[in-house]
Formats: sequence, C-alpha cells, structure tokens
Amino acid sequence: MSETVKFTIDGKECQGTKGQLLVDAAADNGVYIPVLCHMRDLIPAGSCRICTVKINGRNMAACTTPVEEGMAIENNSDELTDIRKAIVEMLFVEGNHFCPACEKSGNCDLQALGYKYQMMVPRFPYAFERRDMDATSPKIFLERNRCIFCKRCVRVIKDNEGRSIFAFKGRGTTLQINIDKTLAATMSDELAQKAMDICPVGCILKKEVGFIDPIGQRKYDKKVIGSDIENNHQ
Amino acid sequence: MSKPIIATTSLAGCFGCHMSILDIDDRILKLIELVEFNKSPIDDIKTFTKECDIGIIEGGCCNSENVHVLKEFRKHCKILISLGECAIMGGLPAMRNGIPVKECLDEAYLNGPTVGDNTEKIMPNDEELPMILDKVYPCHEIVKIDYYLPGCAPRADLIWAAVVALVTGDTLNIPYELVKFD
Amino acid sequence: MKDRIINIVETYGKDPGRLMDILLKVQAEFGCVSHEAITIIAAALHMSEVDVMQTRSFYHFFTCRPVGKYAVYLNNSVVSMLMGMGDVQDEFEKLSGVKVGEKTADGLISLHHTACIGMNDQEPAALINGVVFTELNRDKVRALVADMKAGKAAQDMVTTYGDGNNANPLMKTMVKNNIRKAGAVVLAEYCMGKGIAKALSMDARGVINEVKESNLRGRGGAGFPTGMKWDFCSREAGDHYVLCNADEGEPGTFKDRVLLTERAGMLFEGMTIGGYAIGAKEGVLYLRNEYTYMKAYLESVLSDMRSKNFLGNNILGKGFNFDIRIQMGAGAYVCGEESALIESSEGKRGEPRNRPPFPVQKGYKNKPTIVNNVETFCSSVRIIENGGAWYGALGTSESAGTKLLSISGDCKLPGVYEIEWGMSIKEMLEMVGAENVQAVQVAGPSGICLPPSQFDRKIALEDLPTGGSMIVIGKNRDLLKDVVLNFMEFFADESCGSCVTCRSFNMILRNSIEKIVSGHGIRKDVEDMAAWSEILRKTTRCGLGQTSSNPISTTIKNFREVYDARVKNVDYQSDFDMQASVMASCEVVGRSSKVHE
Repeated sequence: MSETVKFTIDGKECQGTKGQLLVDAAADNGVYIPVLCHMRDLIPAGSCRICTVKINGRNMAACTTPVEEGMAIENNSDELTDIRKAIVEMLFVEGNHFCPACEKSGNCDLQALGYKYQMMVPRFPYAFERRDMDATSPKIFLERNRCIFCKRCVRVIKDNEGRSIFAFKGRGTTLQINIDKTLAATMSDELAQKAMDICPVGCILKKEVGFIDPIGQRKYDKKVIGSDIENNHQ
Repeated sequence: MSKPIIATTSLAGCFGCHMSILDIDDRILKLIELVEFNKSPIDDIKTFTKECDIGIIEGGCCNSENVHVLKEFRKHCKILISLGECAIMGGLPAMRNGIPVKECLDEAYLNGPTVGDNTEKIMPNDEELPMILDKVYPCHEIVKIDYYLPGCAPRADLIWAAVVALVTGDTLNIPYELVKFD
Repeated sequence: MKDRIINIVETYGKDPGRLMDILLKVQAEFGCVSHEAITIIAAALHMSEVDVMQTRSFYHFFTCRPVGKYAVYLNNSVVSMLMGMGDVQDEFEKLSGVKVGEKTADGLISLHHTACIGMNDQEPAALINGVVFTELNRDKVRALVADMKAGKAAQDMVTTYGDGNNANPLMKTMVKNNIRKAGAVVLAEYCMGKGIAKALSMDARGVINEVKESNLRGRGGAGFPTGMKWDFCSREAGDHYVLCNADEGEPGTFKDRVLLTERAGMLFEGMTIGGYAIGAKEGVLYLRNEYTYMKAYLESVLSDMRSKNFLGNNILGKGFNFDIRIQMGAGAYVCGEESALIESSEGKRGEPRNRPPFPVQKGYKNKPTIVNNVETFCSSVRIIENGGAWYGALGTSESAGTKLLSISGDCKLPGVYEIEWGMSIKEMLEMVGAENVQAVQVAGPSGICLPPSQFDRKIALEDLPTGGSMIVIGKNRDLLKDVVLNFMEFFADESCGSCVTCRSFNMILRNSIEKIVSGHGIRKDVEDMAAWSEILRKTTRCGLGQTSSNPISTTIKNFREVYDARVKNVDYQSDFDMQASVMASCEVVGRSSKVHE
C-alpha cells in the first residue's frame, strides 16, 4: 500500500503518495510547476532547472525531489519567477531560436514559457553559436539550433534492442545532441513521430510534414502553458 | 502642448513590422491626432527635421549603414523602441550568425544554386554600398534601447497599446495573446 | 586495427561498464579514438555508436584525431601561468612552429592546453605522452624539443628523479614531494598492516563506531562525517562497494599526489578497512589521468599487499575477502564529484546524478557505495590504529584531526603541509614564507578569495573549509585577469553541460569578466554578475555549479574596489567595434576596412 503524505504548496494543502516526485504530485493537486525536461514516468533528468522551487527554505528541483510528509513548498514568488524567467532567457540566448521560422512555433514549450513570463528581451547577450543541423536520417531532421538538452529523446527513443538512437556529445559549451545514423535509419514512422512529439522544442522534426496547425489554433496561441493543469482541478 | 513626435525606420527587416503598424486600421486616424510623424517611411520624410520623442526601430543591424541610421535615431530620439524579432534578436537575417561572412557571400554570389547568371563571378563592391557586418547585431548591442515589443510581426494591438501608453503615460497591461515571438 | 580493438574489448570481458578502460587503451595505442574505432567498439559491445561517442567526447584526453607522436599538454591553470607558462608555451610554439591546439605537419608534436595537473608546487609543468615535466623554462623546452626531434621516448627525457618513491623504478618521475611539514596522522611514520590487523580483530560495527567517535569528516572538501556515511551504507542490503576519489582535480590541490606516492599502502589499507566496515568485497581507486605515471607503482603496491595477504581472499585468516582495482580517469574535473565519479567508473559520461538516491543507497553498479577521498581513507587507518578518541583530540571542536594543505602560488615554500585544523591564514602565510599578499584563494576556484582583512580567520570546517588547495596571490598580480578570468574559463570548460544554468551561466559569466578585463565593462555589469552568480548557485544540480561562480561572487564581495577601478560609471556602453565587424566583408571584396562612421 502506498502511503499518503500531506504537504503544502504556497500554503495550499496538498496530498500525494510517499516517494512521488513533487512535480507530479503538484500537478495532481492542480498546481503547475513549469517543466521542460521532465516527463511523467520517466527517470528524471533534472537538467533544465526550470522547476526550481523552495522547500523549507532551500532551492530544489521539483522533478527530482520526492514529496515528504509536512513539506512546505514555495512555488510562486517573485524570486522563483525571476529565476525561471532567467532560465528561459538563458535558453533563448544559448541556442538559436528563430521562432518565426520554426515548425514548432505555437506548440513549443520553451516559447510558451517565454510567453508565460512575458519575456520581451533576454537579459543576457545572445551567443549566436554555430550549430549544424543533421538531416541524414530518412525520417527526421535534427535541428540542433533549437536543442535545449532536456534529454527526453535520449531517455525515451531506443531501437528494438534498447540501444540509444540519441545521445549527447561533448560537454559544457561544446555539448550537442547526436543521432546514431545507423539506428536512426531503422526508425519506424511511429517512433519518429514520438521523437518529435516528446521534443519540447523544434529540434526533432518529422520530415515532409510541418506547419499543420494554423496560427490561432496552436497549443499556446491563446492558452497559457500549465493552465490545463490548473483548470482541471478547480 | 505640442504633440509627441515619432520617427520610425526599418533596418535589416522586411517591413513587416511597418505593415503591422498600418494594421492598426482606422485607429491610424486617432494616432495622427495623438502624435506627429517625423523621419519615417510612412510619411517619406528622409532626414530628421526635428528632435523626436519616440523612435521605433524595425530590424537589426546587418551592415554599416544600419549602424549609422540606428545611431542617428539614438541621437535624435528621447525613447527608442525595438520593434519585432529582428530588432530584438537579429531575427531571420541573424540565421547567418555563426557562419563566416566569406562563406555567406560566396554562397550568395559565387556558389549558390541561384547564381547562374553571375557568370563573371562579380561580388558587389560599389563604393556607395554599405559593408556587411560580421554578424547581425540586435539593436541593443549597438545603442541603448528603452523598450522592446516582440513578434514577427508584433501584433498591431500590441503596437497600438504600447504607443498609446507611452504617449498618454498610462500603465501598459498586455494581454497574453499579444506577446508572441512569431 | 579492427582485430586489435576487438582484442582490447575482449580483454575487458566485452563489458560496457569498462568502456573507459577500452577507450584509454585505444587512445594510447592509436593516438586517438577515431570514428572507425568507435564503430568497431560499438559493434563489439553491442551498443549504439552514439553511446560510445558520448563517453569518448566527454573526456579531455580522448581525441577523435591522432595527437602528435609527442602530445604536449601544457598546464594553463592560474599558478602555472603566474610562474611563467606564457614563456614556456611561447618557446614550444616557436620551436615546433605550431600553436596550441595544432599538430606539426609531420605529426611529430601536438600542443594542447590542460587544466591543473596537480603540480602547483613545481610549475610551470606539462605532460608529454603522460610523463610529467616540472619547473619548465625556455632552456628546458629547447632541450625537450631537441629530444623529440631526435626521437627519444618521453620517459627517457626525464634525467633527474624526485625524492622518495618518485625515484622508484616503476615511477621514475621528476616530480618532487615537497613535504614541508609532517603531522601526527597521515604523514607520520607508517608501518603497513597494523590498521588492517586491528580492524579485522574488531567487528564491522566496532570499526564504524571508532570512526564515528573520531569525528573524521570527508577530506575532499565537503566535510561529510565519514563514520555516518559508512554507517548509512552498511545498513543497506546487497553487494557493497568502496570507491576512492583520487581525481584530485581542484586547481591548486596536490596533496593526494603525495599520499599516493608515499602512503599508497596506507590508502589501500584504509579502503580495505572501509570495505570491512560496510561489507564490501570490491574497491575501486579512481585515479585521475594526470597521475597515470603512478599507476604501475600503485599496481605493484597492490600486488605486494596481496602477497602479504592484506588483500585478496581470507585476509589475515579472518575470512574477509577484498580486492581493489584501479580505474583511470580521462580528464574531467567534474568526475571529482562523487556521483560523477561513479558514472565514470561505470564507463559513462561523468555527469553527476540526481539525488536522491544517494551513493550510499545506490552507487556503483546501483549498489550501496561509499566514496571517500584519499586523505579520508588514510586518516581512517590511523583512527583504527590509535583510536577515535586520540584522533578526535586533535584539531578544533568541529574539525577533528589534521589536514593536508597544498600551498602554492606567490610564496617561498610551496608544498604539502600537514597541519592541525584551526591554524589561521596569517600563521599559514608565515609558515610558507609569503609576503606582500594580495589575496589567498582558499579551497581552489570553487572556494573563496580571501582579502588580508580576513587573514585572522581559521582553517577549519566551521570557518574556512578546504579540501586542501591554498593559492597565495601576490600584490603584483592582476586579480581579475590572472585569477578570476582563468578560473571562469576553467569552469566554462569543465561544466558537464547537462544542466542549463551551469552550462550557460559559466560561459556568460566568463564573457562578462572578460568584458571587464578588456576595459569595456560598466557598473551594471558588476551588479549583473553578482545577481547571476546568485541564480546559478541556487539552481544547479551539483557542487560544481553551486560553487563555480565563487571566483566572481567572492571577489565582488571582498575586492569590490578592484572592479570599481576597472568599470565605467555610465548607464550604457556598447562594445561594438565598426572596424572590426566589417573587416571580414572588406577582405572578401578587397576594400579597406577604414570606414567612416
């Protein structure tokens, strides 16, 4: 039997199961904590840091922290909003995010967080690093300019024998997402679609399709990211 | 009291932001009541004839002339607004950033698929022509910018709301739908 | 090539967990790990190529193109630069005709930069094909390059040997110990086997209690109570492992180098005692790549201990089995973080893990694991020999025992000092003969930059904690350019990159400090840097990111005047340079770049 624990987020009484990741437990209680790298039921990467919250006075990532009885969590404060906005801005200056030319525009989680925090201009200087795209795989494009290193594809997309199709290469500022050419050639349409769907930005794109949803009908045109979680639970 | 004076320009942009200014539709009549236009493609005044209150910049700086114009704007305008993605972050022209200029020019004039007619392999080099910069610069890396209005193009309602707020001194409340990067 | 590589993979039992060793072997034999090699390794291990590539590309000493027949790695860390690496590099470049990052056309010499190699007390230093060369100058470089051109093996270029075991036939290195002060614990007289014998005469719980009673705290810098760590680990079920962190990568620290050289037996004894305490059968010494020159010697110590039955099966007839293998690193500072070290030992990228679970719950091979520093294990031997109470009586109330300091920089007597916790910085500076001191960098780049007004503070976990690195910075040095910028370059290079803020902020902060050093900074840049350092500290995943802005935040706090003197007091300043930015396009069309603004 899983044990029920009680905790509070910004004073709101919440319940979850012991050991459940805070970010999921929060969502179950109608509280949205922003995420980019996290996906439910996946081993947490803890890499995007956008879910940083304050627990008993300490900054922690909500996607790697299990809930515990009596935790007092701060999710909504000027300080946290500024931190999260800074992370969004940082991702925008680090990669080359040309939203107007991106197939994922309107459905992109990073962009949606930019909208949520009303990012008018990043506080950091643009890096404009050259990042080469990889179009060698028959089913997908790897548009590295937009990669935010969330590791979702690294963690999820495997071939039939469990081998990685995506992996990192390099480290630090030379870090890039890499695709296994041999194994990528064996990807089914479904797997390619899945890779595109789990990519929170427009880095992994299925070939020969794009710009399907008209402007105005895309995921985040009118709806703030996270509003479904907050509204589901009223 | 005299009306606030506005100047506008398009640097390395596509004039889409200016189209969006015109997209305020019949509110343009109200705008004319509120402000006076000086140097701008809208009224075709080519040089500053007055000191201005608000300068609206479309486009980033991709060549030496853009830099020159932008600095002129900074000199003559009390407030500068970066209007649209190109002014804010270089926009689509900045997709060349990170690629050496020589590679870009060679592709454009010598090696690209559309250079068939350039049989003499001419690279434009008239003295009148401004020089291409090593990368496309966001405006705020060249001069101080006071406000930013994102979008490609920024929504007409956003431009309208921002200009009215600036001119009237009212606080600007921006609905979610208006701040978009595409 | 293919057969040979398959042969190497088979040597390691086709185990993906030994990928580091496989790559190290391939790099050593072929001068690189080429794409072709990766394809062969991947097939032999039944992994995807990108998975092999992700490990290969993480480490500094793996290269995709062949290095020179002589691969020269010049240490460009702070103290090396202060001691004259600029000249040394210049001479290498002049004589070889290539710049750092390049290789001569004949493939003879390649020049590279590398972070601190643990020789701060004898800089400038370099590695040539893994062989250490210290106290370099232009003359010595001339001799080295002549030897290279004559085809001499790197080891044969070493003409004089250091003291103690440095001269051991299996080591034969010019590295000096520079032991300046031996204390009562790790550098005191040592006789192998006493600790193991005593430990095995106790029960495991008794060993843990003794270590707990001593109040020994981790010597890597974080200061976690060792007895508590062992206790937690011992209470977990299943196989257990002992890992020793000999990745000594914090710039300015070299005390483990000396312990590994002079107290290898003591270290292995400590690991064995730790293994006995937690119920492990296997230990791994994770040795940084820069210390490859010690490997053969360390292996010989292990064999010796096996032959004396201090290691192996049924140790000293007490029914306890334990053995140790050496895992070489391949050049990554972050692997000094315990969970990154575990990942690396498993053949993966050295990316820190998320916690929980902690290594004592799920560590090496996902089994309960203790990871301790070299000095910690060594200290534990003394604790068992002489009792926890004896050890606890040394030092201060919160920091028991002694601490090895690696002191370097602008002082007369750089070297290793075993002090009792509680010494003040002032006393330390007198001890090492340092005058005209501008600052002391306590605990390396990730520590704090201390101004003279705070030299009364004490070296102790409760005041100035340190893993041992102490860098003395003289008044004549340019603090921002020589020290802070160098440290930030180091962190930007060494961030594993897997978490956003560490990857990005270190680069952004590096650029900001460079802007200030180059004279383009304004007051707001300093305020921004302070604010951004704070966000970085609050949001990153591991200790590297949490401390990597310290060079900036602690100098802004303690040396604000140095910044103020360097920045303009204006609201805005562009560092746009028209002439520089049109240079490339003018060159293409053959026009002068002297445009009129």
